[in-house]
Amino acid sequence: MKSIVCIKRVPDSEAQIRVGGDGVGIDPAGVKYVMNPYDEFALEEAIRLKEEAGDGLVTVLSVGPEESKEILRTALAMGADAALLLASPGSADGLVIARALAEEIGDREYDLILFGKQAIDDDNMQVPAMVAELLGLPCASVVVELEIEGRHAVAHREVEGGHEIVEFDLPAVVGAQKGLNEPRYPSLKGIMAAKKKPLDVKEISFTEPKVRIVALQEPPPRAGGEIVGEGPKAVPELVRRLRERALI
Amino acid sequence: MARVLVYAETRDGELRPVASETVTAGGDLAEQLGGSMDVFLLGPPGMAQRAADLGRYGADRIFVAEDQSFSSYAAEAAVRFCEDLVGREAYDAVVFPASAQGKDLAPRTAARLDRGLATEVVSVGVDDGRPVATRPMFAGKAIATVAFSELPALISVRPNVFRPKERPADGSVEVVEIASEPTAQRVTGIETGDREALDVSEANIVISGGRGMKDPENWSVLEDLVEALGDDATLGASRAVVDAGWRPHSEQVGQTGKVVSPSLYFAVGISGAIQHLAGMRTAKTIVAINRDAEAPIFSVADYGLVGDLFEVVPALAAEIRRVRAGG
Repeated sequence: MKSIVCIKRVPDSEAQIRVGGDGVGIDPAGVKYVMNPYDEFALEEAIRLKEEAGDGLVTVLSVGPEESKEILRTALAMGADAALLLASPGSADGLVIARALAEEIGDREYDLILFGKQAIDDDNMQVPAMVAELLGLPCASVVVELEIEGRHAVAHREVEGGHEIVEFDLPAVVGAQKGLNEPRYPSLKGIMAAKKKPLDVKEISFTEPKVRIVALQEPPPRAGGEIVGEGPKAVPELVRRLRERALI
Repeated sequence: MARVLVYAETRDGELRPVASETVTAGGDLAEQLGGSMDVFLLGPPGMAQRAADLGRYGADRIFVAEDQSFSSYAAEAAVRFCEDLVGREAYDAVVFPASAQGKDLAPRTAARLDRGLATEVVSVGVDDGRPVATRPMFAGKAIATVAFSELPALISVRPNVFRPKERPADGSVEVVEIASEPTAQRVTGIETGDREALDVSEANIVISGGRGMKDPENWSVLEDLVEALGDDATLGASRAVVDAGWRPHSEQVGQTGKVVSPSLYFAVGISGAIQHLAGMRTAKTIVAINRDAEAPIFSVADYGLVGDLFEVVPALAAEIRRVRAGG
């Protein structure tokens, strides 16, 4: 089983986000960066599939700045075999990223291309389906269960109020949702082994973006903080206020 | 004249509630552009009759493709259908719902058409005669205004943000044949729980529980409150309780879960971590119930109640039932 896993370096979910001086990007000062949490599920799935098959190859790709090597190293320590950084400043346009990835992946040999269902920075949730479309592959996004038998795959994708079951043949694109598996932590042995695995860097240039951020703002703070009261005796007052605003 | 095209979502031959919201968003944009709006949708035979209803929300022309296989989401056919329509008419924008279907369909269509896409849009506008969109990033910790270099601009709108608005228009229905091609993937079923629970991203009232609930068994307390509040209420959860395996991930509200904008959000036994606040801060009204008066959740709550949730929540359910019965 040969998988390509696309991962992204993003601010940690506990990070405070401040708009930078340019007014269209964020201020990176003091922000801790991590592997996009959903990508961990994609990577774990690829490693498991390889382990179950008894042979195969897990390649991780990332589009982003030099610092993204850090998450690629983590991926190698978790069990990926090879890593490639497509070095670039990044882009807010999902289609630009998808084209860069599709071009790199195009001639490679693979059974599956895995992504986290979305990156928690841009929240675009575009790239997996775009890569599938550009490469002419089936695509299952927001996958919580994946069964592969031979060349046939059955995926459960999360939809409103339940799961949709999608069937397709490999090669295909899968967007991983939390719940697909339990990602492993890199072991000490894995960390040592990662040092001997290939981590290549390739400079790339992008196609022209079709969408661009013209302004980025911090949301207005919520005015709030009124304590209605303490304990069950305050409940009638709370209900009265909610009724007053026709909320219940 | 400017034209906007809208994808109306169906499942099992019925328009989904999000369809009228998407058409409303398309109508808002068409109105600002000084143009009109067309709608397209797919469904099983007979879908066309039920589609005419969208005229109420401002649809000028409604294009319907009918086939038995369109009872469930048919990704490839929907992309082709959109591509055909965009090839026939110069649309300024194509609007999708940012629902499970739309999150899959919109990027596929964008790649096919080679156009830019803004997802999870919360408001649409016009700048210099062209569409612009506002969308949250970092789960709402920042809000971006997005411009498009080529038309049509592709936009997917976040559920529960655009409240359906009546805007009577022609709503003439045209059944369109789309060439059937072999599909590389197909939906073979939908699994739902005992009852088709309202999704946390689509519910009007969300009651979320956190670590303060102490034990998964205790969720009966919140379930009873959901029942007291009625059909448009559903359960949510904090990351801590999902990670502990107490609740399914589909209920998680926050940066690595769902971002929700209900009319009313109850945070019960949730302290209010940054990643949780990001996921629910756009709720219209927030009620926090927590025994710790210093919990950060109170700083974003419109109404806070300090106390033992196991006393407060049952009292709340009882009071809601009492006032509703009374009038």
